[in-house]
Amino acid sequence: MAYPVIKLKRGYDLLIEGEAEEKIIPLPENPTTVAIKPTDFLGIRPIPKLFKKEGQIKAGEPLFYDKDYGEELTWTAPASGEIVEIRRGPKRRIEEIVILLDKEQDYYEYKVSLDSTESVRSALLSSGLWALMVRRPYGLVPRPDEKPDAIFMSMFDTHPLAPRLEFLIKGYEEDFLAGWEALKKLADGLPIFLGYSADRPHEDIFLSLDGDNVRKYFFSGPHPSGNVGVHIHHLFPTYKGARKVWTIKPQYLVWWGRLFRKGIVDLTTKIALTAHEVKNPAFYETFAGVNVKALLKGQLKSDHVRVISGNVLTGTKIDPEKGHVSIKDNMVTVIPEGDFPEFHGWIITHYPKPSISRTFLSGVLYHLGIPVKYKVNTKLHGELRPFVVTGEYEQVTPMDLYPQHLLKAIIVKDLDLMEQLGIHEVIEEDLALCEFVCTSKTPVQKILREGIELFRHEVG
Amino acid sequence: MMKKLTDSLWNFLQTKVKPHFTKGGKFENLYYLYEAIETFLFLPPKVTHDKPGTHVRDGMNLKRLMIHVVFALIPPMLFGIWNIGHQHYLAIGEYTGLTEGFIDKFLVGLKVFLPILIVIMAVGGTIEVLFAIIRKHPVTEGFLVTGPLIALIMPPTIPLWMVAVATAFAVTFGKEIFGGTGMNVVNTALLARAFLFFAYPAHMSGDQVWIYLGDAADKLVDGFSGATPLAVAAEGGYQALKSFSYQSYGFWDMFFGWIPGSIGETSTLAILLGAGLLLHTGVADWRIMAGMLLGGIFAAILFNLFPANEYMALPWYYHLVMGGFAFGLVYMATDPVTSASTFTGKWIYGFLIGVVALIIRVLNPAYPEGVMLAILLGNVSAPLIDHLVIKSYINRRSRQVAALTADVQTPEQKPVKETSHA
Repeated sequence: MAYPVIKLKRGYDLLIEGEAEEKIIPLPENPTTVAIKPTDFLGIRPIPKLFKKEGQIKAGEPLFYDKDYGEELTWTAPASGEIVEIRRGPKRRIEEIVILLDKEQDYYEYKVSLDSTESVRSALLSSGLWALMVRRPYGLVPRPDEKPDAIFMSMFDTHPLAPRLEFLIKGYEEDFLAGWEALKKLADGLPIFLGYSADRPHEDIFLSLDGDNVRKYFFSGPHPSGNVGVHIHHLFPTYKGARKVWTIKPQYLVWWGRLFRKGIVDLTTKIALTAHEVKNPAFYETFAGVNVKALLKGQLKSDHVRVISGNVLTGTKIDPEKGHVSIKDNMVTVIPEGDFPEFHGWIITHYPKPSISRTFLSGVLYHLGIPVKYKVNTKLHGELRPFVVTGEYEQVTPMDLYPQHLLKAIIVKDLDLMEQLGIHEVIEEDLALCEFVCTSKTPVQKILREGIELFRHEVG
Repeated sequence: MMKKLTDSLWNFLQTKVKPHFTKGGKFENLYYLYEAIETFLFLPPKVTHDKPGTHVRDGMNLKRLMIHVVFALIPPMLFGIWNIGHQHYLAIGEYTGLTEGFIDKFLVGLKVFLPILIVIMAVGGTIEVLFAIIRKHPVTEGFLVTGPLIALIMPPTIPLWMVAVATAFAVTFGKEIFGGTGMNVVNTALLARAFLFFAYPAHMSGDQVWIYLGDAADKLVDGFSGATPLAVAAEGGYQALKSFSYQSYGFWDMFFGWIPGSIGETSTLAILLGAGLLLHTGVADWRIMAGMLLGGIFAAILFNLFPANEYMALPWYYHLVMGGFAFGLVYMATDPVTSASTFTGKWIYGFLIGVVALIIRVLNPAYPEGVMLAILLGNVSAPLIDHLVIKSYINRRSRQVAALTADVQTPEQKPVKETSHA
């Protein structure tokens, strides 16, 4: 008997040159700092309450909490060292808390046990690993006092150049399995949905995950078929906020597992350095949240590049000198900036540009099913315009949604319509492709987030 | 070499020209005019910057989209130019063969068509730029397509001042007061035609306007008639078309398009070439075209089945090649801004236009052609159609989700089969 396969047709695989080879290479330079970015955790206030503003801190020692979520849920230091800088953005919002790394890591010790749901819950809450989960709708950090209706985990990542998740946990198998046990305890009988790829092979460690309340489904099709939001939409819709779902990525279970096996917060992970501006795209094994300079030294083909923590669709731009990889990201993408003019570039194609439009050869090839890898850049390829083209977003959204109508509802702030058109079902990553393909260059993800925040504050 | 040249042009624009148009410059009010020219010459060096936002964007943009519609307009435009000359020489009995006097015919056509196009582009372009300057928004690309479209749906004898007035009216009241490209309710080009149709009916309908005679009006051949196939068929149906003596109005004559009519609408073949490009590139939505085609065929066959008069008995496929049906179907109904925006809505919208076009054409004695009015009606109905489609979507999803809630509790899950993910 086979598991159900859900075939998705709509979507687009943006293929970029410079996939990371599945091997660990030594860091070109010893990492000096790590940082935790409160902005990675949606739902908390811009200025969280700090337990410590300076001085020594151990890995896993409480660092800050949020006033709304309460002191029960803490965020902890990703590594041990000295708090050297608190970087602030507009309105004194805290953007990064930077820790100068100790030579020898010193871990804050937790007394944890896998015995009961309650012990797992409190261990995760106090150790700072709770906030790795994301709650749908809205894509926020789950509240400590809420109970979801299901937990979702996507076992593959279809984002451009994203690493194979099995490789990310390779070498940490025991930790991963311990983390999986913790997840099952936390679920406390609630269904855990695992979404597998029907197009690429999975390794046994993923396929063998099992339990009474575990349900496995396979998905085939182009990106965003690996997005957990798409899985939720097809298996357990959160339409109109009917349900709450927690999601987590398999690679974070490794950290959960370490907590329960050793009683420490050890955020050692693998980070892929990818794309065609990198000389030797491969993996590093280092601290999550590491300073990106340590990864980039000697690896860049040119200076005029954009360094992205994450992938090109949903990642964030970081400074190649002072920036840090987000704790939640396992990849860094480096692509050239596109800030050069192109003579009649709107009609003459000077170099191959990825597109779903068949006005480009690349679009024709894509529709013929011929995979081609591209060198991409950050050019907008046009100017911001009002919506003109229709049906474009639908082509890349394998969900029963009207993304363009949802965006229009957000723009006119029609809360009822937003709800009816499914604002509970999507977060930025699910509509990132709409933004990529948009002829009018609409900032889809930005509008969506503003809409979600508005909706959340008005309706709750 | 080329690169050096364009680089120095870019540098010249940035250092010598642009400063005059930016804040503090002599022509700071005209900034958007400068920007329009700069972005026409160069794809600007703008990069992605939104947070959150994608870092890479598709190569597509609105200028590229519009220029492909313009490319698709070239076949009917070239054919229309030749046909103006062809009809002209046919009327005076010279070069009556199709292949004769190609260059002369083309030149006569150019003499008629170019002034019309130039007037439209000048008037429309000026208004666009004026609005851009006053309202402080960029000059958008919409008129790149609207202009040639207006020219192609005019009769060849239209006075230039009327063209200018109609264009000014359509661009101002059809588009700019709503906020410009992307905001208009009805198709701007069709609005220009509708304006003339109701304001100056004598110049837009009848037997006198479809053939350019110029100064040869007194040299006409015996039996000359300027009636279009639509007018002939409206009078006496299939028999009248067959026995029309001045020129042959057979199915294939109308398919190839050597018949009188609005400049660009006559040749179904040329329009099909354009449609091929639009469909291949995906610039126009095939659902609308298919919907309208089905709607037209459906209504025409219905008339064939219950023929109360000669016109209703006209074989259904004639309607597809007569008048503006094909042109409206390919270039007008598919305008993404004014058509329905949902996939289901596009089918309904297209079908509705097809049916209404035929109803007006066949059943209404006052108007021999119904495509223009049908599309305008479709345009104003499009939001309603979308509204209904979305409403039914909302109802369906609400029911679906309610039903799914029950399913959550079913716990069993079957073992994985080795091959299921291979």
